[in-house]
Amino acid sequence: MPKPYELSATEAATKIKSQELMSEEYLHSIFERIKEAEGKVHAFVTLVEEKALAKAKETDNNIRKRRKTGVLAGVPVAVKDNICTRGVLTTCSSRMLRDYVPPYDAAVVERLSGEGAVVVGKTNMDEYAMGTTTETSFFGATRNPWNQRKVPGGSSGGSAAAVAAGEAPLALGSDTGGSIRCPASYCSVAGLKPTYGLISRYGLISYGNSLEQIGPLAGNVQDLALLLSVISGHDGRDSTSADLPTKDYTALLGKGIKGLRVGVPQEFLGEGVEEGVKDSVWKAIKKLESLGCAYEELSIPSMGYALAAYYIVAMSEASSNLARYDGLRYGFREERDEGDWATVYAADRKEGFGTEVRRRIILGTYALSAGYYDQYYLKALKVRTILRRDFEKAFRSFDVLVGPTMPLLPFSLGEKIDDPLTLYMCDILTVPANLTGCPAVSVPCGFRDGLPIGLQIMGKPFDEEKILQVAHAFEQNTEHHLRKPNI
Amino acid sequence: MGTNKNKRISREEVEHVAWLAHVNVSEEEKDAFTEQFNKILGFFRKIDEADTEGVPPTYQVLDLVNVQRLDEVGESLPKDESLRNAPRKEERFFKSPRIV
Repeated sequence: MPKPYELSATEAATKIKSQELMSEEYLHSIFERIKEAEGKVHAFVTLVEEKALAKAKETDNNIRKRRKTGVLAGVPVAVKDNICTRGVLTTCSSRMLRDYVPPYDAAVVERLSGEGAVVVGKTNMDEYAMGTTTETSFFGATRNPWNQRKVPGGSSGGSAAAVAAGEAPLALGSDTGGSIRCPASYCSVAGLKPTYGLISRYGLISYGNSLEQIGPLAGNVQDLALLLSVISGHDGRDSTSADLPTKDYTALLGKGIKGLRVGVPQEFLGEGVEEGVKDSVWKAIKKLESLGCAYEELSIPSMGYALAAYYIVAMSEASSNLARYDGLRYGFREERDEGDWATVYAADRKEGFGTEVRRRIILGTYALSAGYYDQYYLKALKVRTILRRDFEKAFRSFDVLVGPTMPLLPFSLGEKIDDPLTLYMCDILTVPANLTGCPAVSVPCGFRDGLPIGLQIMGKPFDEEKILQVAHAFEQNTEHHLRKPNI
Repeated sequence: MGTNKNKRISREEVEHVAWLAHVNVSEEEKDAFTEQFNKILGFFRKIDEADTEGVPPTYQVLDLVNVQRLDEVGESLPKDESLRNAPRKEERFFKSPRIV
């Protein structure tokens, strides 16, 4: 008999509804597991055990009384700490927001509550979601459950590590340049960056607002699709929210993938991609072929400019979005004899923001400043158009594009953190989905030296169903997702 | 501004842009940032090679234009909730440093 915390979200939801499992008992198992794993993994910034257990009791009571409950009734979810939760600390893993308690819930949190999910805590991340390793958190790094000397990926490292370590079956992350897919790959879980506009960003603390989306992480594709179905949908409070009817993303799972056309961009398996990664990904492509897909290589010529364009856009947007942290309405403000506004503002922002956040604010300010705007920011936006056109063209010939999620295996904590450019390079395969707005999912596709490798599947905008269908078929015909870290 | 091409960013420029961004930087950080920024900006200039003649910029990927709503008064946060996270306040006001 598996312990309750080992159940998938789908299994748990069914058992809770049929009263085979009490939500309260389930939550106790989850918090016991959290106590066991947290010392090694450090996936959470804040836990809300009391609140969660009260909600679980309420759920059990409602089910006993045959009241209407949601599809995630009594199921625990971990939420990244840049997503606002009413009455619960939301720190962005930054000193700037160390004491910030939002007076409202993000749209996705409202949707979770609406379907009966139980938030267990807020997960650790790179400060303001700026990073690839979860090492820039003000509260200390998260460690990879598969090897605690390695990074879990980032910036949603806490969310991915929590799912991998059995601390929650579901988690929310956010993905500006790979921040869901990277840690999903490094922790061997499933993670999806939805199409830009599919999920409301209301209550998501902005970093690169034209690039980022909230998205689900889970132990398998069925759970991933279930969580996506719950959190997606139009929201008038986010002016970039797409006005489309909601969907059940689990509907197409299990349908065969015979005849689907799979594109393999050469640029995704070229120079700079580790041999072990290439190997696993090619095996995955052959597996898709054996399931009836036809694959073909193609070239996306503008890929060579994607990373530079991404970082210019992301940093420029960051410099603008983070200007709001003035220590007036909320945020860090030091006790001192106050001088004039500009002096206080600049001094508090030095103490409140970590090095990488300030690096990006300053570089973004530079890229937007007079004399450099055309050369960097505007040029990057034009490159973005070219990249979009290249992907649009590719999707005229292919249903999905596949490649690795990350070019490298999980590396050691501390290994790259002092060399920002080298670290940025790790995002080369994930940023295209953000620049183009396309959906992309990462699913486990192998191990090398005991370290996980992720397969990335990209689709055209609002074609989440198809990439999930392919991801599910691959998962159901392989066993990588069944391996659990020994923790 | 073709004259900026391949120009190195100086320590003074880093200082100046940090001032524009209202972010203080320590003396050691100024040295480190100058070196790192030159590497990063050198990498950014890779996009100079892209032929973008006649290509429009993509500011956002959705084809949405000016999403509007009726100007209806909705519910707003109660006063004490709005002030709850303010580091400094006085009565029902946020307390700001001296502006002028």
